[in-house]
Amino acid sequence: MSTTQGQGTATDTATSPAGQPSRWDRMFREITTGSAIISVLAVVLALVVGAVMIAFTNKDVQASAGYFFSRPGDTLAAIWNAVSGAYSALFQGSVYNFRRPSFAAGIKPLTETLTFATPLIMAGLGVALGFRVGMFNIGGRGQMLIAAALGGWVGFAVDLPYGLHLIVALVVGILGGALWGGVVGLLKARTGAHEVITTIMLNYVAFYLVSYLLRDGFLQTPGSNNPKSPATKVTAVFPDLLGPNYILHFGFILAILATIFTWWLLARSNLGFQFRAVGLNPHAAKVAGISVKRMYVYAMMLSGGLVGLAGINQVLGTTTSGFGAGLDSGIGFDAITVALLGRSKPWGVFWAGILFGAFKAGGFSMQAAEGVPIDIVLVVQSLIVLFIAAPPLVRAIFRLPVPGTTRRKTQVNVSQEVAAK
Amino acid sequence: MKLELRGITKKFGALVANDHINLTVEAGEIHALLGENGAGKSTLMNVLYGLYRAEEGEILLDDVVQHFAGPGDAMAAGIGMVHQHFMLIPVFTVAENVMLGHEDTKTGGRLDLVAARKRVREISDRFGFDVDPDALVEDLPVGVQQRVEIIKAVSRDAKVLVFDEPTAVLTPQETDELMVIMRQLKDAGTSIVFITHKLREVRAVADRITVIRLGAVVGEASPTATNVELATMMVGRAVDLTVDKAPAIPGDAALVVANLNVLDAHGQVLVNNVSFEVHKGEILAIAGVQGNGQTELTEALMGLQPRVSGEITLDGKSLRGHSVRQVLEAGVGFVPEDRTEDGLVGEFTIAENLMLDRSNDEPFVRRWNVQRALLAKFAVEKVKEFDVRSQGIETPVGRLSGGNQQKVVLARELSRDLRLFVAAQPTRGLDVGSIEFVHERIVATRDSGTPVVVISTELDEVAALADRIMVMYRGRIVGIVPGDTPRAVLGLMMAGEAPAGEGAAA
Repeated sequence: MSTTQGQGTATDTATSPAGQPSRWDRMFREITTGSAIISVLAVVLALVVGAVMIAFTNKDVQASAGYFFSRPGDTLAAIWNAVSGAYSALFQGSVYNFRRPSFAAGIKPLTETLTFATPLIMAGLGVALGFRVGMFNIGGRGQMLIAAALGGWVGFAVDLPYGLHLIVALVVGILGGALWGGVVGLLKARTGAHEVITTIMLNYVAFYLVSYLLRDGFLQTPGSNNPKSPATKVTAVFPDLLGPNYILHFGFILAILATIFTWWLLARSNLGFQFRAVGLNPHAAKVAGISVKRMYVYAMMLSGGLVGLAGINQVLGTTTSGFGAGLDSGIGFDAITVALLGRSKPWGVFWAGILFGAFKAGGFSMQAAEGVPIDIVLVVQSLIVLFIAAPPLVRAIFRLPVPGTTRRKTQVNVSQEVAAK
Repeated sequence: MKLELRGITKKFGALVANDHINLTVEAGEIHALLGENGAGKSTLMNVLYGLYRAEEGEILLDDVVQHFAGPGDAMAAGIGMVHQHFMLIPVFTVAENVMLGHEDTKTGGRLDLVAARKRVREISDRFGFDVDPDALVEDLPVGVQQRVEIIKAVSRDAKVLVFDEPTAVLTPQETDELMVIMRQLKDAGTSIVFITHKLREVRAVADRITVIRLGAVVGEASPTATNVELATMMVGRAVDLTVDKAPAIPGDAALVVANLNVLDAHGQVLVNNVSFEVHKGEILAIAGVQGNGQTELTEALMGLQPRVSGEITLDGKSLRGHSVRQVLEAGVGFVPEDRTEDGLVGEFTIAENLMLDRSNDEPFVRRWNVQRALLAKFAVEKVKEFDVRSQGIETPVGRLSGGNQQKVVLARELSRDLRLFVAAQPTRGLDVGSIEFVHERIVATRDSGTPVVVISTELDEVAALADRIMVMYRGRIVGIVPGDTPRAVLGLMMAGEAPAGEGAAA
């Protein structure tokens, strides 16, 4: 009677493909690794909503709306002017400024975009790496601060020859971030403490620790009362990439290298293979002899190291005149958005970082040229995340098919099973 | 109440899950719905219960056409369902679970628990259940939890009760008791639909049998039909109910387990002082009802249990206290009982899953890099050798059928140099073709001289594969008996009764 074995009705219940992970797991995975098209559409959608808000907040539009029914053309023209003006200012402030005389001057906004993008890419890669191992690293701020404090200290307090100084400061900074992230991994592996809570708390620890050191400790500029560090020594400063006229520095090359490294790690290396296995199914990984706990520690160290790179980039590259406790300027949190928009894929994060760099660079000129409040840019950024976190909403608006619906899945499952008979 | 399904057709895309199914269940009748996994039994019952809308056909209760928009309508019309996976809230009491969904309230919205308790007592007295309304569901044994499900259905005046694979989790004794309950319900006028693929139970309790295959009714059978007749109807071809295997030629003892104990986090003993040997070239089947320590014993062998005492040696080397990786590297092949949860990463491709437990060393990893070309070549070979039906080696395994998924697990484990092969529930949820394949592979592994341990809750599988059978009950070994031990003896052993005198030390 060997024909009648097998008790599970996994394949019997046509709609529930075997082994459904929990709803939370599925949601986490969908939000962190869903398809690229959702990301693109989320950006489009956010820009559309942003346009509506620009139109609403514009004075001309408000004025002409008062007599909308007598001359609707005025209102429409005002809306067009407001929206196109704002978005063209955004473009000119972030990519190419047509009003400038030469190409060399016109392209300047793009280099600013790339400079803003550099730390976002680095930190975004760190957060994305965490996502791929199934962990939510919200500790970007703390990891950046510790990295910047340690690496920055090497940068201003130690005397080393040109080149070597930079490398030492860089390595110390990355190790600082890795340490701050590794603690989280260790706590999770040893005690099961949830990384969301520990990273948030370690943000506070790092912030107040660095604040203290900037006020009373060895990070403070001697003889000054400001909670600010001394300037980074020239021997440790990132070289400019395009000469002194542009702010773009060596950090961007590091961002590219970090992207390539993370891609190799996740897509080609055995450690990345184990990371992904743990992220997708920790039970199966454990049974296959992969030490899940060790992977948590390694992943958080690498994640923290990448975020730390962003921190060190700020003190050795972007602002070399000394740093305060606010040096992360929200990058640690924006990195989460960047990682989500990039779908936790290294090159996706790279382009998402550049987009957010463009928002940052262009946002200022949008405000300066068109009087559009900079908050609108933040609204657009936040809406992007909101739409990414709600894939069904985006699919419904653009009438996309739902991927892997029960129907399709069943079809594949059962037809193959029938074929196997 | 008489239930009639007329021409029910349910399609999922191009797949016809139910093809014009007609089924009539008379009042006070136990009607068995027999069919393989994937035959469409559960789909049909989900249509009946209002979870799916059928494309064609109608449902009649006492000759009145019904339109169910959801389970609520079905329940209101008098249809109750006892699901295979219980729909109970573990931290609620029995009474709270029973009242859930149609809570009586007193003024101010306070729950009327007194009435609920009374109702539970009344129903359990009527059927002779011994159920305490104030017991927490999570503290109850599985068999009693099922009774709570039955009380729940009866308390809503169900006139038609559907039992979906109710015996999968029960001991033979509990199964017998369930049969008694089903007869009582029948005598009280309830119509019962009994979904199963276990031939013996069908013949024991059913008044009529409807067999479905590939979504269509292939015929009715009487309970007097033989197992072979029923199986042939179910599968659609003549079925060989035995596995071809030569007598075992056991060699030296390879796996020696001595005085093994496994505790859980609360200090509860899960595996109690277990000692046995497995020889080269033999299959030891570990039989027992689900939840009697077999899972924990297997996990202890694999290094997956943290609190283990006693000794485990393989070919003279100790395995106890080693990590999973060390156990795997010692040459142990393992098929976990829940392949989607523990055996495979659903989103990974077939190729990636084939290297899942070899992600540290050669041949698949060289200097930190995954050797993708080599892996692809290996995967193509294995997919062919193990007849994995798929769109190619880049297909995510989550998209494969259960049988093909299990072939991927087998291909991975059997392509290493093994000194021991452990297969837990190797054919759970598989179709007949895959079951035969898996069994052949297991026997072939034995014939190559590898010691094999098969853990199964299915007596049929145990009887088909085992050279020796070890029966576990409440974490202890009841006895180790020869492979041809009669089913009746095994059934008693699974309930904890030691075999009379013989075999215990075999």
